[in-house]
Amino acid sequence: MSTSTTLEAPNTGTWDGGNEPLKASYGKLMMWFFLLSDAFTFGAFLIVYGLSRHKHLPYTGEPDAFTFSTEWWPIPEKVFNAFPGFHGVDLPLAFVALMTMILILSSVTMVLAVEAGHRMDKNDVQKWLLWTILFGAIFLGCQAWEWAHFITGDETGMLMADGTRIFGANLTMNQYGPPLFADLFFFITGFHGTHVFSGVILLLMIFINTVNGVYHKRGHYEMVEKVGLYWHFVDLVWVFVFTFFYLI
Amino acid sequence: MSSTDISINKDVHHAHEEHDHHHDQNFFEKYIFSQDHKVIGKQFLFMGIFWAFIGGFLSILFRLQLGWPDATFTFLEPILGGWVANGKIDPEFYLAMVTMHGTIMVFFVLTAGLSGTFSNFLIPLQIGARDMASGFMNMLSFWFFFLASIVMFISLFLETGPAGGGWTIYPPLSALPQAIKGSAGGMTMWLVSMALFIVSQLLGGVNYITTVINLRTKGMSMTKLPLTIWAFFLTAILGLLSFPVLFSAALLLIFDRSFGTSFYLSDIYIGGEALAHTGGSPILFQHLFWFLGHPEVYIVILPTFGIVSEVIATNARKPIFGYRAMIGSLLGISLLSFVVWAHHMFVTGMNPFLGSVFMFLTLIIAVPSAVKVFNWLATLWRGNIRFTTAMLFAVAFVSLFISGGLTGIILGNSSLDIQLHDTYFVIAHFHLVMGAAAFFGMFTGVYHWFPKMFGRMLDEKLGAVHFWMTFVSVYLVFMPMHYLGIAGFPRRYYSWSTFEAFNVFADMNSFISIAAIMGFSAQFIFLFNFIYSIFRGRRASANPWHSNTLEWTTPPLPGHGNWPGEIPAVYRWPYDYSKPGSVEDYIPQTVPFSQTQSSNLPNERDQE
Repeated sequence: MSTSTTLEAPNTGTWDGGNEPLKASYGKLMMWFFLLSDAFTFGAFLIVYGLSRHKHLPYTGEPDAFTFSTEWWPIPEKVFNAFPGFHGVDLPLAFVALMTMILILSSVTMVLAVEAGHRMDKNDVQKWLLWTILFGAIFLGCQAWEWAHFITGDETGMLMADGTRIFGANLTMNQYGPPLFADLFFFITGFHGTHVFSGVILLLMIFINTVNGVYHKRGHYEMVEKVGLYWHFVDLVWVFVFTFFYLI
Repeated sequence: MSSTDISINKDVHHAHEEHDHHHDQNFFEKYIFSQDHKVIGKQFLFMGIFWAFIGGFLSILFRLQLGWPDATFTFLEPILGGWVANGKIDPEFYLAMVTMHGTIMVFFVLTAGLSGTFSNFLIPLQIGARDMASGFMNMLSFWFFFLASIVMFISLFLETGPAGGGWTIYPPLSALPQAIKGSAGGMTMWLVSMALFIVSQLLGGVNYITTVINLRTKGMSMTKLPLTIWAFFLTAILGLLSFPVLFSAALLLIFDRSFGTSFYLSDIYIGGEALAHTGGSPILFQHLFWFLGHPEVYIVILPTFGIVSEVIATNARKPIFGYRAMIGSLLGISLLSFVVWAHHMFVTGMNPFLGSVFMFLTLIIAVPSAVKVFNWLATLWRGNIRFTTAMLFAVAFVSLFISGGLTGIILGNSSLDIQLHDTYFVIAHFHLVMGAAAFFGMFTGVYHWFPKMFGRMLDEKLGAVHFWMTFVSVYLVFMPMHYLGIAGFPRRYYSWSTFEAFNVFADMNSFISIAAIMGFSAQFIFLFNFIYSIFRGRRASANPWHSNTLEWTTPPLPGHGNWPGEIPAVYRWPYDYSKPGSVEDYIPQTVPFSQTQSSNLPNERDQE
């Protein structure tokens, strides 16, 4: 206040302004609010999944006698039971469990990268970022295999009403059950995969910056922390996607 | 409560910071790709005005059709080309026009044009910040909006026309390009444009929220914020949580349209031929859409609540009545806006019990809304009212909000809605309560903050003419629509003269159209006043309205960084108008209590 000659000071409480009331920089707050917003996007998709599934009949017979049919929603263990190199062996959910493990492991290495950033240990940040990128890329590779297998289908396929057999799935037909099952699978895991892919790109960018010493010169590794928030969020979303598509 | 050393240190620090802000900018940095919140706010305002005239013009075109359904409009052929054959407007183009009118007005004018302008312009100025948290993202926000605008604008000139399935783009109509022309290329461009628009909203929204949380000046606690900031803050949160759901809905619709999926489609025959889609549900889209759609109407109206509260208190020269109740009701409305969406879907065949739940929740909104109205009226009560143009619009806003709000209570009843759904009663309701009211709030803001935006005053006489013509024609347009609606007159009908029951309303429809044309013409008075005053208006002083909030402590035309010296600190709430014992009838927020001992209240004495 230029006009006042007073020595009175304004209030200085947590929410009285002139500070960061949530003890977070604006960049970190923005990331949090973006993630909140993104959570609603995924939330909408998962609700679409739930309602679409609710509209279809469940399979009521014996699990051993299960066959693929457009009449009912398939049992996930019967759809996702393949493993690369083990052709014809029934390994329910083994591969997706491995994928999930890899993604969760990448979250652990991300935490270690952030922690190394707090210590201003450039070498450790580089190391753990590289591991995170590696695990992220492996997850994407696994998803590509999973998709390829889902699209190709198995030898039995599904017998249609007109006597033909269809094999595999795409956006309009599906050997494993109602077409909507495949639509939702492609759409939601694809949307999540896009997020993982963006995450890997972001990680590569901050990895290059770290190697060039950008953050070291800046005096803090907050950017690693922000990308870390995003990465953990993407992992968390996978847990929900996994639960919806594979477990229930 | 005083300390010498602290303030001296701060002075030195801020003097340094100020130096960094003065670097020469070229034309592009300054006016086109600007990262200054004030320039970005003005960019949103100009785009908003541009779109408002297009949206208004479309409404005049379809009002011509509705007012004189059997007339021939050969004079429209030079403008509309192939869309007018033998003087008759193409029915599918009529649908496209109402769709685009709704889309443009709701999203491009009253969301981007309103929040974009005033959140950008006022948040840093009123909380005492140099700029938004991230100027770069703020700039991106405008340019994404600009891209969305270009795509939407181009879609107006497609041979198959712009989107035509209504602004709510319900599938299956919008999902099947073979259904109507309006579901072809125009619909694709609508979806692309809206996806870009949502990105713009997201970038703007996170910026507004973080700026309000982190960049308030010293002393500006949440309960010393002007109500405008509270309104913008909550609007941004609503947008942040509801737009992503529209994004999801739009993405799924894009897949249904272009990639053969069946999310919203099932058991459809076109031309006697069955489509392959199976298993989807069109009602699902309505749920997703209205989960955005209902908060969206509050995204449109909340900012104007803030603007009107501010302008009414300033021009009634009285503190706002029930400041905390105003914040509470804003919070209440924001919260409730997420749990009432299905009142748009009472007649879709949903469970009547669910209908009564949503009816109950909907009617609760009347409570916080009524709190706001009572507080505005109580603020006006026995005030020293100055009828500036902004004040005229603000008072008229309250009037429109009451008129439109009362019919909301009627429409919120799930049983009454069976009769009134998709009639002109609904049109009248939402045009009064969120269309015209939000426009009046926007005019209030433009007339009130024009001096700070452009350093000059708008002409008050032209403003008064603009106000009275607009105000009268808004009521002349929408009041008769209630009667049409109760009589069952359906919305979105191109031609009604073949229905015996509706022929008696021919004169009333012509009357409405004449009033609409009058209202639209009045906006050119505003346009002239606006453009003329930017260059030739009377120069404004720093605080022409004798207002308390921080933006009026800046120079008449604030430069980059807003305050030439240190950012002022804040000591009091923004509504100390006509305080007993005070010399002036206003005490700006920057004046400490120690300087106003004659007017301090007992509980303020210990802060002296």
